[in-house]
Amino acid sequence: MSLGTALRCRECGREYAIAPIYTCEWCFGPLETTYDYDAIRGSLTRESIAAGPASIWRYGPLLPVEAPKGNALNAGWTPLIRAERLAAELGLGELWLKDDTRNPTNSFKDRVVAVALGKALEFGFKTAACASTGNLANAVAAAAARTGLDSFVFVPSDLEAGKILTTAVYGGNVVAIDGNYDDVNRLCAELAAEYPWAFVNVNVRPFYAEGSKTLAYETAEQLGWETPDHVVVPIASGSLLTKIHKGFQELHKVGLLDEEPVVRVSGAQATGCSPVAKAFIDGVDDVHPVRPDTIAKSLAIGNPADGYYALDVIRSTGGACGSVSDDEIVEGIRLLARTEGVFGETAAGVTIATLKRLAEDGVVRRDERVVAYITGHGLKTLDAIEPHVRVTTTIPPSLDAFRAAFPAVAEEV
Amino acid sequence: MATVRIPTQLRSLVDGASELTVDGDTVGDVLKALDAAHPGFGERLFDENGKLRRFVNVFVDDEDLRFLQGLDTPLTERSVVSIVPAVAGGCERV
Repeated sequence: MSLGTALRCRECGREYAIAPIYTCEWCFGPLETTYDYDAIRGSLTRESIAAGPASIWRYGPLLPVEAPKGNALNAGWTPLIRAERLAAELGLGELWLKDDTRNPTNSFKDRVVAVALGKALEFGFKTAACASTGNLANAVAAAAARTGLDSFVFVPSDLEAGKILTTAVYGGNVVAIDGNYDDVNRLCAELAAEYPWAFVNVNVRPFYAEGSKTLAYETAEQLGWETPDHVVVPIASGSLLTKIHKGFQELHKVGLLDEEPVVRVSGAQATGCSPVAKAFIDGVDDVHPVRPDTIAKSLAIGNPADGYYALDVIRSTGGACGSVSDDEIVEGIRLLARTEGVFGETAAGVTIATLKRLAEDGVVRRDERVVAYITGHGLKTLDAIEPHVRVTTTIPPSLDAFRAAFPAVAEEV
Repeated sequence: MATVRIPTQLRSLVDGASELTVDGDTVGDVLKALDAAHPGFGERLFDENGKLRRFVNVFVDDEDLRFLQGLDTPLTERSVVSIVPAVAGGCERV
């Protein structure tokens, strides 16, 4: 049973009944779901969770929607991998990777979309829609197909070909917009006012965003109901980072963690789109919008909706926000693949390259238990690494040719 | 002088108008004039320090005020000022 009770403005605190609305009528602030935590405390235990499904729905009472029947909206319960080789390379101690490439459409967006479309079905919507930099497009198109909803997905026209293809294959409408993500987002806000659709990141955003909390729940459960000391999270809108923080706090509120968790939260951005990192480094509260220019298109949001809150979380937890160049992003992707056999997309490159920087700067420390969030699969952004990786050599099909090409490699006898 | 597009949240303060023509040389002037003509309008847009609330975005001819000169951004008679909620960055066209 869902114990989401109302929507509350994060800015002025005004409350609203549960509905497909997303901004405060009074001050335009974003709305967030409230819960009856006392009731959840009574209904959710470590044992009941362990007996639940291997998906985000094992934490059903902490999500703002009834768990849907059947498997159509499954996502989550992805592996938490101990990354010893990467840790050694970075001079870190206990490092873990939350491998969210292992979702139905290979990114963490399957989590938020499962919650958003579950809520859309509850509200009686017949069409799902979104503004997307690609991963969300994949997730919405696929989940709409599985649940029998129509879909309209709006993407910037310069998106990677792979992300368009992996959206269009599900048969919904894919509309490319001549403009960047912020332009697409603005158009979608207009469309949301005109069409009776569930725009997952507009009018059902307060519910959608809650899906990201499951990354924190799973991390804690997979660590044996303990929390990390430090997490590194990529920032696009900033929502993922703030919800991971909220997720850890909630586990204590509902009694699943005995002690209040102390988790430092650090953010990762591409230098070509780093409004939060810039505000952090400059020591200011204003997150000034930028025009994105980076290969990390899934993070290319120049006007991050939750930027202020992400900045608050980073500062209040003693984390940091770093940014890395496009070259470092490619190097980050390769480092992760080379050391751990995990192929992440450009956002993962941003996360790993930022983790490397923060480790070098002593912000992420060797004595900390660290979790880095790998939010999307590398097959989604092949364009980014295509110029940088190739076959080692091409030879005729003969033993001699191989020996000539690799004289230093000893033959096993 | 400029045309101001009013978001749905504020239309009850301006007799339901979705668009108004307002006198003023800068964005700040125009928004002040709106508050003078329609009491209560200003407190919805500005915090107690007189700064635009952080989830209120203002666009002049589809350009975010923060890429221009903020409230000092000059206007022409053909300028269109849009007030929009920041969460989705929505720009309402009427």
